[in-house]
Amino acid sequence: MSNEQKHHQSRMGPRRGPHHGPGMPVQKAKDFKGTLRRLVGYLKPYKWSLFSVLIATILSTVFTIASPKIMGKATTKLFEGLMAKLSGTPGAGIDFPYILNIVLLLAGLYLVSSLFSYIQQFIMASIAQKTVYDIREEVNHKLTRLPLKFFDSKSHGDVLSRVVNDMENVSNTLQQSLTMMIQSVVTVLGIIVMMLTISPLMTLIVICTIPLSLFILQPITKRSQRFFMAQQKNLGLLNGHVEEMFTGHEVVKAYGHEKQSVEKFNHINEDLYRAGWKAQFISGVIMPIMTFVNNIGYVFVCIIGGILVTHGAIQIGDIQAFIQYARQFSQPINQVANIANIIQATIASAERVFEVLDEQEEVLDGASAMTLSSPKGDVRFEQVSFRYKEDEPLIEDLNLDVKSGQSIAIVGPTGAGKTTLVNLLMRFYEIQKGKITIDGVDITHIKRGELRSLFGMVLQDTWLFKGTIKENIAYGRDRVSDKEIFEAAKAARADHFIRTLPDGYETILNEEASNISQGQKQLLTIARAILAQPTILILDEATSSVDTRTEIHIQEAMDHLLKGKTSFIIAHRLSTIQNADVILVMKNGTVIEQGNHKDLLNKEGFYAELYYSQFHQGNTTQQSS
Amino acid sequence: MLKLAKFLKPYKGLIIAVLFFVFLQSFSNLYLPTLMSDIVDKGIVNQDIPYILRIGAIMLGITVVAVVFSILASFFSAKTATGFGRDVRKTMFSHVETFSLQEFDQIGAASLITRTTNDILQVQQVYVMILRIMIMAPMMCIGGIILAVSKDAMLSLVVIGAMPFLIVAILAVMRKGMPLFKLIQTKLDRMNLVLRERLTGIRVVRAFNRSEFEEGRFQQANRDLAETAIKVNKIMAVLMPIMMLILNFSTIAIIWFGSIRINHGHMQVGDLMAFIQYAMQIMFSLIMLSMIFVMVPRASASAQRIHEVLNVTPSIVERENDGQIKSAKGVLTFDNVTFSYPGAERPALTNISFIARPGQTTAIIGGTGSGKSTLLKLIERFYDIEEGHILLDGKDIQSLSLKDLREHMAYIPQKPAIFTGTIKENIKYSQEALTEDSIRRAASVAQATEFISRLEDGYDTVLTQGGTNLSGGQKQRIAVARALAKESHIYLFDDSFSALDYKTDALVRSALKEEMKEATVIIVAQRVSTIIDADQIIVLDEGKMSGIGNHKTLLQTCDVYKEIVSSQMKGEGIA
Repeated sequence: MSNEQKHHQSRMGPRRGPHHGPGMPVQKAKDFKGTLRRLVGYLKPYKWSLFSVLIATILSTVFTIASPKIMGKATTKLFEGLMAKLSGTPGAGIDFPYILNIVLLLAGLYLVSSLFSYIQQFIMASIAQKTVYDIREEVNHKLTRLPLKFFDSKSHGDVLSRVVNDMENVSNTLQQSLTMMIQSVVTVLGIIVMMLTISPLMTLIVICTIPLSLFILQPITKRSQRFFMAQQKNLGLLNGHVEEMFTGHEVVKAYGHEKQSVEKFNHINEDLYRAGWKAQFISGVIMPIMTFVNNIGYVFVCIIGGILVTHGAIQIGDIQAFIQYARQFSQPINQVANIANIIQATIASAERVFEVLDEQEEVLDGASAMTLSSPKGDVRFEQVSFRYKEDEPLIEDLNLDVKSGQSIAIVGPTGAGKTTLVNLLMRFYEIQKGKITIDGVDITHIKRGELRSLFGMVLQDTWLFKGTIKENIAYGRDRVSDKEIFEAAKAARADHFIRTLPDGYETILNEEASNISQGQKQLLTIARAILAQPTILILDEATSSVDTRTEIHIQEAMDHLLKGKTSFIIAHRLSTIQNADVILVMKNGTVIEQGNHKDLLNKEGFYAELYYSQFHQGNTTQQSS
Repeated sequence: MLKLAKFLKPYKGLIIAVLFFVFLQSFSNLYLPTLMSDIVDKGIVNQDIPYILRIGAIMLGITVVAVVFSILASFFSAKTATGFGRDVRKTMFSHVETFSLQEFDQIGAASLITRTTNDILQVQQVYVMILRIMIMAPMMCIGGIILAVSKDAMLSLVVIGAMPFLIVAILAVMRKGMPLFKLIQTKLDRMNLVLRERLTGIRVVRAFNRSEFEEGRFQQANRDLAETAIKVNKIMAVLMPIMMLILNFSTIAIIWFGSIRINHGHMQVGDLMAFIQYAMQIMFSLIMLSMIFVMVPRASASAQRIHEVLNVTPSIVERENDGQIKSAKGVLTFDNVTFSYPGAERPALTNISFIARPGQTTAIIGGTGSGKSTLLKLIERFYDIEEGHILLDGKDIQSLSLKDLREHMAYIPQKPAIFTGTIKENIKYSQEALTEDSIRRAASVAQATEFISRLEDGYDTVLTQGGTNLSGGQKQRIAVARALAKESHIYLFDDSFSALDYKTDALVRSALKEEMKEATVIIVAQRVSTIIDADQIIVLDEGKMSGIGNHKTLLQTCDVYKEIVSSQMKGEGIA
């Protein structure tokens, strides 16, 4: 859990998209090849579009690469004409028609190149987004089929970040980095070829700058990674401290700890600064050094090119072309290194998403799965055993027989397995041994949807979504009339307060539903359960956030509602359950006592002890007055 | 962004250094083509190899100097940007720590956290980029233009003429793209929301068989996002090709017009070659600048959020002339107190009057939202009241030093705050210099000894953030132990036993009774059993006192109380 949280936190941090600065450490995928292959699989439907992107990219790049050499020819012609004029050759001059031809040719090339580069970006936009859409949609379906175990064991932040952030990374990479990669590779190869056709010697000089830059950069990158790691660590500490202090603001204030809190913050902040500026500085140095190496190449091209021209080995225009090639050369090489990192991070992102897709799904409904035509609500647990973790038995050999219309209360200390019972009943989790039947039918033989529609559930954790109050109540059932909604609200004693809200039933609950109180939220969830018209009702600490007076009102409403329906009530307050037909007292996963209120009191066991501790504290607490 | 610029003030010197070195660096880089043109025009034309070598050596020297300049610039800009981030963070955090709950609620803890961490980081990173690129781009641009004009004023008209095209193209694309970028953000938020709701409500979704419905909602959000993203990317697809096209066409124009001017003897071939390179550098700096403009709006939203926090003035502050209380007796008096939360229609508490004395327990009971917790928070002066007075030993708490006031009280909130650290450290939180014995004693009164001793490392067990490795009841007991360790005159319990089962609850309270014989105790509770023995019980109903007295008298005089008691004791409950 804590590990996962840390993971999640670091993910919430500054890792926004795969666009790392230079020299930052990269997240690596566990199975790079496999994940890559799988990701490529998603691109298959678009293979023809991808193919045209490839062609467009190559064409646009090739045209760009060709132009410096052609431009050089113009310069050469210009120079020749000028030299001839200087030497006084009669009738000599600049060959303008020739230059015009070249200029027009160049204009054409540039136009076509830009056009292809636009086409490539344009097509890629659809491919990238559609692919990401497809994968997200697959996750969407997957989430429906995943068992509750998955959701209980993963933090929500983690799943969210996989579906949203990680997929955004994939989308950005597909959109930009992929074509950039092709472009860079084509450019590098193309430039080398072009340069070779001009002068192998000078090509050698330019290519020599690559090992030179690697040689200079390697120690720097290494160091920068160390500083970035330190920065990341301090950032995590800082975020943790801020989170802790702000969530505990009340206590910090009450115990006068502001000073200590600020001191600790300053301390971490100072550490962060120290690691931060070094990381920033070193990564900032990388660019100038690349420029430096590039400039050295440039200078040598000028010198050696100049000498070669004087010897007549190459033309003046060739120097110009060479300068342009040398300038363009270092950029793509730089980019290839950068993109390699980005792709690595992207594959790691994709892998995280695929991990979700590979989670084990719920057992499918068997072909013979049936529906209950007119459910009554008899529930039986036969020798049921269940454990969340392999080596921690929770429920062992539980037997339970509930007749239609009975109300069953479950009490016991936290961790006794009360909620687990509900989880099993609704088949959120699969039992390891024994069976659970409804109306005599094993629940594993009933369609899941069918099974769950038998239940109405109200939980302690009041879940509402952003939408109107009406929509929230209507969530329980398809196609309900307003009248039914109002009636359900009335039955839940929620109608009154809803109508006092400015927009009544159309009031929009905000994200945290903080515009209504906890108790009011609970009333809405009760209304929702009422509207669903279940055969079996489950109330899991349903009224714990409502004060006891309101609770009584709700219970009155429920008495009426529960008539003839089987109900399971989990409660903290014993007052809530005294009238239940059967009270199950659970402890450590087993039912230790069973019976109605009176029986259990007469037994003078655990239940009786619990019950009396509520108000007869005379024996433990002596009042002085 | 500009509002936060004042934090750059201490770095004035550094920034000037950055400007200076970036200027030198840009100039050196621009000077290289000029030297190159000399090689061409003098060296090559005159076939003067020694000259070529000499100029080449100078170029090499300039390259070395340029890299030194840029390393220095990077050094100063790194110090400036991270220093800026550090200072803003520091100011922000100290500022927030002075907030009373009023200001705190106004923005919300979660939002304050992201503002202090992510938002500041975001702004800091943009400042790094600004110092690195945004300063260099205009210098390259202006420097390039100056050199171009000095080489050949006429020909530089081509460059100057091309610039408006470039700027217009960038602006036009941005204008179409920007709103869509914002739209993408909202669509992403929407998808986040839909998914988060589905994850947190998974039990409800499944129980009500609404998986398909949720799938549909997500699909809708997903499709919306994909469609908008496609639209944006198709628009943005125009940008790069257009910029390249303008760039390349101006190069062609330079060649053409350059040739004409060369023909007329106005310039030389080397100048033309240098000119092409200047034009490239000018245009590229403009393109880089356009990238920055994409980043700045995002950061300025962050800056705005930071600024908002810094602009909040805490309503409750420590003042110079605040009264001091050396040794409090602990008599608390509420005299006709009325309080509303900011912006609320109705007061949360109305006309509350009572006296809580040392050696007595005052209990407060009432329904949800009746104002019980608010009352305790007023005693701690987390909020200031607008009417009436709250007195400690006869002195208005608003006239007392905050530190002093809180020094005399131990407050246990509803949600126990557990901090990262050992159990021991958590208990010691209230009193740094606590002996081992006192820690154990506090824990034993809070009935925490048993579960602590069962933990592997006992008191040295490290608790995770928020105490996720403890149960709710265990956390509450640690919070109680922490409060006890302080040995105050006034104890304020805000429903602090709610997660305990009845038995432990009773045990804790009876042990507390012994501990707090001399102290003033105020307990807020939901359970009647918790407060049944209190010396006085205050019954709150919708912020008003509907009764005060002990259990017996209230049963006879107060209807609300009677109702509460009967709801819990008799259980007319469920059929």
